[in-house]
Amino acid sequence: MGLLSKKDTKLITDPLADNNPITIQVLGICSALAITAELKASLVMGIAVLFVLGVGNVVISLLRNLIPSKIRIIVQLIVVASLVIIVDQVLKAFAFELSKTLSVFIGLIITNCIIMGRFEAFALGNGPWKSFLDGIGNALGYAVILIIVGFFRELLGSGTLFGIPVLGDPIEKTGVYGFGYENNGFMLMPPMALIIVGLIIWVQRSRNKDLIED
Amino acid sequence: MAVNTDKNSYTILFAVVMVLVVGSLLAFTASALKPNIKENERIEKQQNILYAMGINGNEGTGDITFVDAKKAEAEFASNVSEQIVLEVKDGKIINQMTGEEFANSKDADKGIEPYLIDVKKQQTRVKEGKSRYLPLFISNNNGKKVYVAPIRGKGLWDAIWGYVAVDEKMVVQGAFFDHKGETPGLGANIKQRYFMDDFAGEKLLTDTGVFKGINVAKGNNDPKNEIKDDYEVDALAGATITGDGVSAMIKKDLKLYLPYFKNL
Repeated sequence: MGLLSKKDTKLITDPLADNNPITIQVLGICSALAITAELKASLVMGIAVLFVLGVGNVVISLLRNLIPSKIRIIVQLIVVASLVIIVDQVLKAFAFELSKTLSVFIGLIITNCIIMGRFEAFALGNGPWKSFLDGIGNALGYAVILIIVGFFRELLGSGTLFGIPVLGDPIEKTGVYGFGYENNGFMLMPPMALIIVGLIIWVQRSRNKDLIED
Repeated sequence: MAVNTDKNSYTILFAVVMVLVVGSLLAFTASALKPNIKENERIEKQQNILYAMGINGNEGTGDITFVDAKKAEAEFASNVSEQIVLEVKDGKIINQMTGEEFANSKDADKGIEPYLIDVKKQQTRVKEGKSRYLPLFISNNNGKKVYVAPIRGKGLWDAIWGYVAVDEKMVVQGAFFDHKGETPGLGANIKQRYFMDDFAGEKLLTDTGVFKGINVAKGNNDPKNEIKDDYEVDALAGATITGDGVSAMIKKDLKLYLPYFKNL
């Protein structure tokens, strides 16, 4: 027997594909549009949400029998908000330029509906280990989409990946630019993220017909 | 023992304990990380000043790129040949200090390097009827002097600030703007190169030496900003109030330096 039982594995793998928070539950769209113009920002946002959702789910789960139901939403908000402030401070201290790039979006994690959604739907009713796995799974599912979108937007929009030119130099006309290829500046605009998310949803549902709702 | 979590007394107790725990946790994190954050902010100021002076990593027409954070300290030391502080009151310069004089002063409001002067605090000093310390960072590139001054004002949601580099006739050489919380995609675009670059070459003074400032103007007939003596740059679509804030802080804060430039 492996480290995780079959049920536990499902908690992690389900949100990666068939119950993905972005493409199936359609949560967390706003940050998916806002920060995916660069692969690096997508990755960091993914990691930040991974931390906040993993830890947050455990905290809420541990407190689930103590939290007064009347103020549970406020308690959830406070847990997210404190974790987000900690992430923000750590980024400011150790990755300052990154924190400038992410600026308001780090604060926006608080309003990321995936987090409140998982607290309310899962952590309040399940034990800490399961909640932790659920949090990690959902955050990974979120991060995967962010990274896919970030990959295409940065590659087609700026011709770079993680800031490193991969298609040649657009000004010197080397690499593919020598054949008349141009960067598509439109890819850097937020609406293109929505279109890419739409394409992912399309691909996913055409591969798994069960996901199609009537 | 099962707790009755529905009782009002329990709810209040829970809230109080939670606030205490969370509050102390956050206070602890904030004070533990403060030295690192301060250092980063200090380096950022140096990068911003260097950026306005035209010392940056910009390539092509893309995003703004600062000099590398690790090199900022050395670049700042070698490029900023002089830092001075002007003490002004009621529009008149009453004292001019070198950077060393200011940094070595025992006065509580001095005793720091001029580039670390907090513009917001200086603006409050004026409201309290005190004099204001205006820093000026001077670079001397083969005899061509460039003077960089910090400015600060209000955008739509929160503070906006920047650094403007001018020559001795107060013709803008370069500008850098930043903001705390302007709307991404609209007001936040004051931090984009296409906005900042428009300022270079614009005049602040009329030919007779009267301070006019630069207007961030809507619907001007010069969207490419080829006319450099119209005291206008093209505004950002959808960011009227942020743009007005930029015009206002340029007018208000840079005007204070006029007496210094008149005597050059």
